[in-house]
Parts: sequence; structure tokens; C-alpha cells
Amino acid sequence: MSTFVDICALDDLDPERGAGALLGDTQVAVFRLADGTVRAVQQRDPYSGANVMSRGLVGTHRVTGDDGVERDVDTVTTPMLKQVWDVDTGAVLDAGGKDRRPLAVFAAQVRDGRVLVADTPTERAPAPQR
Amino acid sequence: MTAHRLVAGLRSRDPEGGWSLTVIGDEPHEPYDRVHLSEWFDARDAQALALDRGVWDDPRVTLVAGDAVASLDRTASVVTTRSGRQVHYDRAVLATGSWAWTPRAEGTDLPGLFTYRTLDDVERLAEWVRLRERALGRAVRGVVVGGGVLGLEAAAALQRLGAEATVVEFADRLMSVQLDQGGGEMLRLLIEDLGVTVRTGAGAHRFLPAGDGSVGSVELTDGSALPTDVVVFSVGIRPRDRVAREAGLAIGERGGVVVGEACQTSDPGVWAIGECASVDGVCAGLVAPGNDMADVVVDRFLGGERVHRRADDGTKLKGVGVEAASFGDVNAVSAGALEVSFVDPIHRRFRKLVLSDDATTLLGGVFVGDIELYSALRPLLGRPLGADPAAVIAPDGEGLADTELPDEAVVCSCNNVDAGTVRSAVTERGCRTIGQVKECTTAGTVCGSCVPALTKLLNAELSRAGVTVSDALCEHFAMSRATLYRLVREEGLRTFTEVVAAHGTGRGCAVCRPTVASILSTLRRGHVLEGEQAALQDTNDHVMANLQKNGTYSVIPRMPGGEVRADQLLEFAKVADDFGLYVRVTGGQRLAMFGARLDQLPEIWRRLTAVGFESGHAYGKSLRTVKTCVGRTWCRFGVQDSSAMAVRLELRYRGLRSPHKIKFGVSGCARECAEARGKDVGIIATHKGWNLYVGGNGGAQPAHAQLLAEDLDDETLVRYVDRFLMLYVQEADRLQRTAPWVAERAGGLDELRRVVVEDSLGIADQLEAAMAEHVRDYEDEWGATLADPAKLRKFTPFVNAPEAVDGDLAFVPERGQVRPADEGDAVAYPDPRVARDVALLAARVELEEAR
Repeated sequence: MSTFVDICALDDLDPERGAGALLGDTQVAVFRLADGTVRAVQQRDPYSGANVMSRGLVGTHRVTGDDGVERDVDTVTTPMLKQVWDVDTGAVLDAGGKDRRPLAVFAAQVRDGRVLVADTPTERAPAPQR
Repeated sequence: MTAHRLVAGLRSRDPEGGWSLTVIGDEPHEPYDRVHLSEWFDARDAQALALDRGVWDDPRVTLVAGDAVASLDRTASVVTTRSGRQVHYDRAVLATGSWAWTPRAEGTDLPGLFTYRTLDDVERLAEWVRLRERALGRAVRGVVVGGGVLGLEAAAALQRLGAEATVVEFADRLMSVQLDQGGGEMLRLLIEDLGVTVRTGAGAHRFLPAGDGSVGSVELTDGSALPTDVVVFSVGIRPRDRVAREAGLAIGERGGVVVGEACQTSDPGVWAIGECASVDGVCAGLVAPGNDMADVVVDRFLGGERVHRRADDGTKLKGVGVEAASFGDVNAVSAGALEVSFVDPIHRRFRKLVLSDDATTLLGGVFVGDIELYSALRPLLGRPLGADPAAVIAPDGEGLADTELPDEAVVCSCNNVDAGTVRSAVTERGCRTIGQVKECTTAGTVCGSCVPALTKLLNAELSRAGVTVSDALCEHFAMSRATLYRLVREEGLRTFTEVVAAHGTGRGCAVCRPTVASILSTLRRGHVLEGEQAALQDTNDHVMANLQKNGTYSVIPRMPGGEVRADQLLEFAKVADDFGLYVRVTGGQRLAMFGARLDQLPEIWRRLTAVGFESGHAYGKSLRTVKTCVGRTWCRFGVQDSSAMAVRLELRYRGLRSPHKIKFGVSGCARECAEARGKDVGIIATHKGWNLYVGGNGGAQPAHAQLLAEDLDDETLVRYVDRFLMLYVQEADRLQRTAPWVAERAGGLDELRRVVVEDSLGIADQLEAAMAEHVRDYEDEWGATLADPAKLRKFTPFVNAPEAVDGDLAFVPERGQVRPADEGDAVAYPDPRVARDVALLAARVELEEAR
């Protein structure tokens, strides 16, 4: 059972930009999206091994779901070698020709203007697909 | 290689698996790419030469490596290997290649003498040079016997191993088989520029031992002697035909297994391909005919009628760092042949065309120093040139622009692909990119020298078919950067939200966000970190520093013209010392510090700005440096003040956001010490003023800048550069450098000259005004950031722990400084200053021991 940790005020985060945060010894990258919601993923870029995910660019990617309906998923791109992930599931959307290395995802929410992040990852992306 | 080609071809053309193959090779490795043997020295790894290994995984194919065929019994249809293995065959294909010949001379059995032919050869050579250097305690002296293509490659390889190299060639010139006198002479200059000593007109007479019994000197046929610690022979190859000979097959007069146009030997069940096969009495020493022979055998095995014909394939020097190539009748020995040549010893260029007596049919060509024309002209061998030869080889080389290749002209000689095949790949098989053309036709996949010609064909075919290649920026914007730039400017859009609402979808990505940021920046719509724009910037622009592999950043202040004051240097050094940063001179003629953490950047820049440094924009798609020589003020050759001009230009264009990074060079005389012609904007002083070159760059696809205007005074020069740069910023695609922009622009350089110099479009005022606005509004990004507490917040590593430091960072002492720790480093320090102190201590101990 994970516990939500108070990280900062929502206003401490810039819209559409990430920030690093510490959960004990664990580094996470917290993003404030345009709609005012927040997301958190592991800070370590699985490809370079450097703690830089919070410095990546957020955006969207249009996908067609199983129901045939098109929708946008929220993404983050690592600043290192530009691989792209779904910030909600941690799944790799563009591995840049490499093997698929998902990101650990931490539950995150905004309550009373404060940003709360779970202290353990709640979801791992599905196992690597070929 | 030809055996690999045969296997790959049969595999792909025999999907039912009617044929199974056993490949026997005496080398212990899988077959590898011998054409690129010299590339082994870059990677020091046989993997660099690997050919597609998929063929060996095929159940129809058996590879026996490290076991030579000892005999071929044609009556029993069986081959026996040295280890006693017996393999029965229905058909046998000999692809035994050739061996490197060494002359009979006294002392050729001494340790330290090598040939240059196989992977084993290069590995043993590298090991010898390494051990010899250690034993002698000085640089190893090497002699290459033979000044042909391979000999020059071997000399370059010796240099790459840290050895000195002297090339000894018996003929009167280098590459005497492929080049004429003039081309050979130019090549000698270029090879000597590399630091290789060249001795022509002399052979190796005998080799004498040094005190320890290894080779110590070589005596030449002219009586002189050269001290040497290693010798590489490259005097020619001989077909490996022993097995064929002993099996009683017909052997050519000069060696090699005699084959006909079907590649069958005198025994219809035995075939021979590649360098071991003799066609019309000649064994070819190139990969192209070998590949063609392999293709012929595949075709024949599958019931086809294809024939092998010897064509002139041309030769190109590779892996040496000097360009030379030729084809056809290089010495104009055909009756009545005419030669047209262009010689430029200053820029080390030689071009020659050989034409029929009526000056229409192209019979040959020689290109040294600059072989751009080689791939375009070689396919025209034996055909009408279709242009004035003098114009074709003139410095600009634009005379060929309208010549169209006939369908049957071979474009890629390595794989024997003609222009028609390339065209139909585009028109009938739907290829839209050069990568698809390569995949579809195999053209351009071996030596790559035909890729420019392929690109030309592809583009011509695409535009003829009216196909517009999608120039969409990314999934969010369906238009090119140039179109988006125009829309943003015309509609006065000010934010990403406005831009994406008007012309895009979604919320963008790592491609379109920085592009829009760059467009807004160029249009002077605010500080890069102001408001919403901050969210668009890639991390480099966001923190105004270059991200390095471990997540730290480099700090590179501007040093206009390469000038820096002593007091600035002192503070620079103190900063590096205080933070334990790695210091180096960059490729762009300035000083850099590496290893700064995000949170350290503001303090570092506070100290640098205090002594007058400002942002160098090394992180941006913007003007980087203006490289320069010292010019007239100090140099005895200089004719203009290149340093002053470089400073003026760098300050004028600093901070200008553009589709890609922009580099300038300014040279004070024609000696070109600033290498200005390798830059987007190159300026070279003349006695009358400045020559302006545009569209050059280094990098993966180097291009020489071309002359736009001559003998300009200072003010006209700046005006033209203003116009050129603004036009590029407005028109170019995302990440398109000036060279392809100039090359692909309708009308090419001539049209560009009309726009920039003659103002044919009437937009010069607009372009100059836009640049004037940029110059007026320029503000140092770091200075502005330091004065704004809101912006400084971006440099907090952890939003909930502002003082904490990334605990995973680790540094390793190296050469008196530090580098990021890699996996597997036994010792690493979290604090770079500690790592630095350890490195300094180690350096001191080494110095003591040396005493």
C-alpha cells in the first residue's frame, strides 16, 4: 500500500513542464499538464541511465484505441536521445530503434492546491513487446 | 565477400529452398567486408566489418570457417578440407579470392614485415606497432611498399596507429594504374599534406635487421636507405588458384581460373567468381565485378541466362582522408583522344576529362582532391557528355546540371544497378526516400559513392511524377517549417497555444514545440524563457547549456573571434577549479567547461558574466562561432583584418534562432587558415576586399561553401550576409543546414545570387530590416536570466528538496581531469573535485616516476 507524499504547491510547477522531486531516496519526475492535472514517472532515463526525465518535453500522441476511436495520449520525451513514453502507463511509444524500456509510473494528484505523489510506483508498463 | 553475395542472392531468389549451400573459408571469421578493411582502425573491432549475418542463420546454408579446401576431386564431385572433412557437391563455386604478393628480396622474412589484405593482417599489424612503440619508447617508423590504393590505405592505417609513414612506389606517381601524371602529382601533394612521406621512382631492394633482429631499415633501388620499424607490402595481388590448378582446371596465362561469360570453368560443374577468376585473361581486383559474377551464378543456378561482362568500374580511394577517383581511359591512349583538365594546386584540386576526337563522347575522367563529379560522370562513360567539358570541370562544376543519364547507364557499379532500375524503383515500386531506393535496388549499399547520383535521380523522378514528398513537421503540424514560419509571421501569432489552435492538433511534441519556439524567437516574440515559451524549449535552450551524457551540462561562454582576455581566462580557470569541471578547447575555437550540475549553472554564470563573458549559444540552433585566423594585424600573409571582421559578424548575429546551428569562418588570405569554406558562411579576404561563400558545413555530410559574391567592401559584405541568413531562416526546413537548402533551392546558387546580390525578388529591404530588428533587440540570455528570480527557479534540481544533489552522479579521474563514470568503473567519486584532486595526484606521481 503506497502513501501519498506532499511534494509542493501546484503553482511551484510551470504548466507543461516537469520538475524533479525526492521521495526519500527515490527520484521522480513530476509534470504539470495544461489542464492542471499532474503526472509522475521515474526520474531515471532507462536508456542513458541519467536522472533527467523531468527535463523532457511533454506533449500528445494521437492513437486509435481498440474501439476504433482516436484520442490523444499524454507523452514525455527524454531530453537525452528522444525516446517517447505514455506518461499514464509508462509504455514506450517511440523507442528510437532500441529495445522497449518502459518507465515506472507513480500515482499523482492535486488536492487543495498541493501536489501529492505516491511513494511507490503503482503501475509498470506492460512487459516489453516485440 | 563474393561468396556472401552469392549466398545472400540465392537465398532471396530461391524461396522454395531448391538449393542448399556449404561455404568453406580458411579465415576463422565469418566472411567480412574487405572493401572497408581500413575502418577496422576506427573501431578496433571486427564487428565494424560484419556483413549481414542473417544468411548464416538460414537452414539451407552451412558455414565452415577456419578450414581450407585442400583438394577438389572433380570425378567424385567432392571437396576435401585440410581437416579431412569431405563435402559432396552438385556444383562447386570457387570464390577463393587473391593473396597479397610480396616481392622476392633479401630480408623479407624478418619480423616486422606485413601484408595488408585480411582482418588477421590488420590485427597483427596493430599489435606489432603497439609493442614496437613500447619497446622503442618513441613513435614507430613505418614504410609502405607500393603506392596504389591499398598502399595509401595502409599508410593512413599506420598513421592511425600512431606511426610515421613513408610510401615507396616504384612507378613515377601514386596510384599509377588509375591516375595520370597530373592526378598522381596532385595526390602526392594531398598525401604529403597528411604528413605521409612519399618516395616515387624507387622500389624496395632489401631489408636489413635492427640490433634485436626485427626489421631496422630498408634499402631502396636508388641506393638510399630508410630507417624503419615496420614494413607493409602492398605491391599487388595474385589470384588464389592452387586448388583449381591441382584439380586440372584451365588456368589463365597470368593466373586465375579461366571462366566464360556464365562464370563456368573448363569443367561445367565448377564455377568461379571474384578475384580468383580470369575473364579474358584478366583477374579483377575490385568488388563490383565480383558481385556481378556472384549474381550471374545465382541467376544461372535458377535457370537464368544472365552473363558477366567486364565493364570499366572506375576506382575510388577510400579510408585515407584524401579523395581520388578515376574511370575509363585516364591516360588518353585512345586514338585522337582529347584531354580537358582543371588544375588548382592551392585548393589541391585536379579534374580531367578524356573525350573522343570530336569532343563529344566521354572516354574517361580523373578527379583528385574533390571527386564530387565522379559519381555523376562515371555512368556517362562511352556516351555523349551532353555539355561543354570545360564548363563541367570548371571550379563551380555547374555545367552538368541539365545532363540526364540514359536508363542503361550504370549508376552503382558495386551492385551493377542502372539508372532505369532506380527510376522504376521510384515510379513502379513506390520508393520515396533514398533509404527505400537502396533497399529496393541494393544501389548505394556497398561503397556509397553513387548516393549523390541516386539522390538526384530520385528527386528528378519524384518531381516528374508530381509526387510531393510529405514535408509535414510532425503529427501535429501538416506543413513544413518554412510554411509555418510564414503563417506565424503573417498572422502575428505570439504563443504556441495560438499557433497550434490555428494550424495544428493536440499539444505538440519534442519536434514541433522547439521548432515553434525557434520561430517565435526569430520573430522577436520574447525571451526564450518568458511565459509559455519556456515550456517549448528543449532542455538545452531551457537551461541555456548543453546536456551531457550523465545529465550534467557544459558551459561555453562566447569568445568572439577566438579572442579572450587574460583576466577573463583567470576567472574561467577559477570557476573550473572551484567546481571541479573538465576543461577543453572546443572544435569551434573556444573554451568549454563540462560537468556542471543544473543547480550550479546560475552561480557559474554569475561569475562569468561578472568578467564580461556572455552566453555563447552553444546549446541553441543559432549562430555558434565565427572561426578566424589572426589576419593582417599579426600575420605576415594576411591581406585583411579577419579577426575584426569575425568579431563584428559574431556580435551581429549572436542569438539569432535558426533552423539549424550556423557556423561562420573568416580567413585573412587565400591560405584559408580558418577553413571558411567548410562553414555555412565563409569569408575569405582578397586584396580588393572579401569573397563571400555560402552553404558549407562539416559533419556527417561535408560540403564546401560556394562563391556567392567577390571582392566586397565591409558594408556590402554585411548586407549580403544579412540577406542570406534571413532568407535561410525564413525558408529552410527544420534541421536543414544551409548546404542542402542552397542545393535544393529552385534555381540553385545562381538564383540565390540573384536574390541576395541583385535583389531580384525585391525583398532585400525586408530581410535587412528583420535582421536590424534582431540586432537591436539582442539581449544576453544569461544576463537576463540572472536578473530574474522567477527564471532562476528552473535551476532547482528537486522541487521539494532545493539543497539536495543527484546522488547517482559519479566522476572518474582521467588525464589530470574528470569524466563521467561508466558502468564497470572500479572507482568513482560523487564529488568531481575529489576526482579531480585524485587525477592531479596521479599525474604528479607519473611525472616523478618519469624522472
